[in-house]
Amino acid sequence: MSSASQANEHVAHHFESAEQQRQSAQLGMWAFLVTEVMFFSGLFAAYIIYRSLYPEAWTVGSHMLSIGLGGFNTIILLCSSLTMALAVHAAQTDKRGASARWIILTIVLGLAFLGVKMVEYSAKIEHHLVPGAHFHLDPAQELANLQAAGVQVGDHLRHAMETVNTAHVQLFFSLYFAITGLHALHMIIGIGVMIWLLKTTIEGRYSSAYINPVEVSGLYWHFVDIVWIFLFPLLYLVGRH
Amino acid sequence: MSEKHVIPVGTYVGIFTALIALTGLTVWVAFHDFGSMNTVIAVGIACIKALLVALFFMHLKYSARILWLYAGTAIAFFILLITITLSDYRSREWFPTPKAWSQPTATAPGASH
Repeated sequence: MSSASQANEHVAHHFESAEQQRQSAQLGMWAFLVTEVMFFSGLFAAYIIYRSLYPEAWTVGSHMLSIGLGGFNTIILLCSSLTMALAVHAAQTDKRGASARWIILTIVLGLAFLGVKMVEYSAKIEHHLVPGAHFHLDPAQELANLQAAGVQVGDHLRHAMETVNTAHVQLFFSLYFAITGLHALHMIIGIGVMIWLLKTTIEGRYSSAYINPVEVSGLYWHFVDIVWIFLFPLLYLVGRH
Repeated sequence: MSEKHVIPVGTYVGIFTALIALTGLTVWVAFHDFGSMNTVIAVGIACIKALLVALFFMHLKYSARILWLYAGTAIAFFILLITITLSDYRSREWFPTPKAWSQPTATAPGASH
């Protein structure tokens, strides 16, 4: 713990100590994250209700997504959470250069995530899987394609492909684009925050006596990672067996 | 209680390794038939991963207890939202729908008011 006199220049007049200021910053960010959880909860609620009503549409929709790309993005995001944690660690231990390098790596990984997402989105657009007038899905053809590709099609998937109502698959893709789109927006904002954090880190604004912005930016970044941790199995891995 | 706690780099790397392993596990589980338990296992693994991120990457384990209360509030409100909404949707078929509700009418609903 740093004494108040040591960190004095960083402590705003309405705080008693650096520690109180730090806890207030964390509390503020956590309060924001609680509202963020509620923000995403609405979409997750829609997901749960429609999945419980139309399970076969979720099985078919999920099979149209690429586990390879989704899994790759999951690993990218987990890596970025590690680099973010290490950036905070470096800032805590007065290693400004290392902190800046970890932040740069976090930004690069964040951009890589968005790049993969763009590849996925353009493939969905190309295959007419965007809900609306141009949506087109032929489950019988998809089933034939899977079998032609040598995929072992289980009874569960075959049944879903044979009985699905494609209007319900549109519902799956509406939620897919809404949730991953909102998540991607959070990533874009997060990268913006990271660029600002990099600038201020290089300027030398942070030391072990004052790292509140680094810590709370990290909290936000990890939260966005947690959202994806739930999205990956709930969107990409439904009814795969 | 909650002065700055520096978590060793080794812990971060260990947590990261566990997160990657759990990602592999969740993919493996998805390709095996556990009946209705598939979704439960998938969400369970995701919860463990989220908990690891929150406790260590977000330092919750070493944070003031009021932050635990905040994190718990988020979970509580999520459960509240899901429970109340689902209890509506899932109970709709439990009772017969009055005939007058389902009969098509010439005027648009609400037009007579």
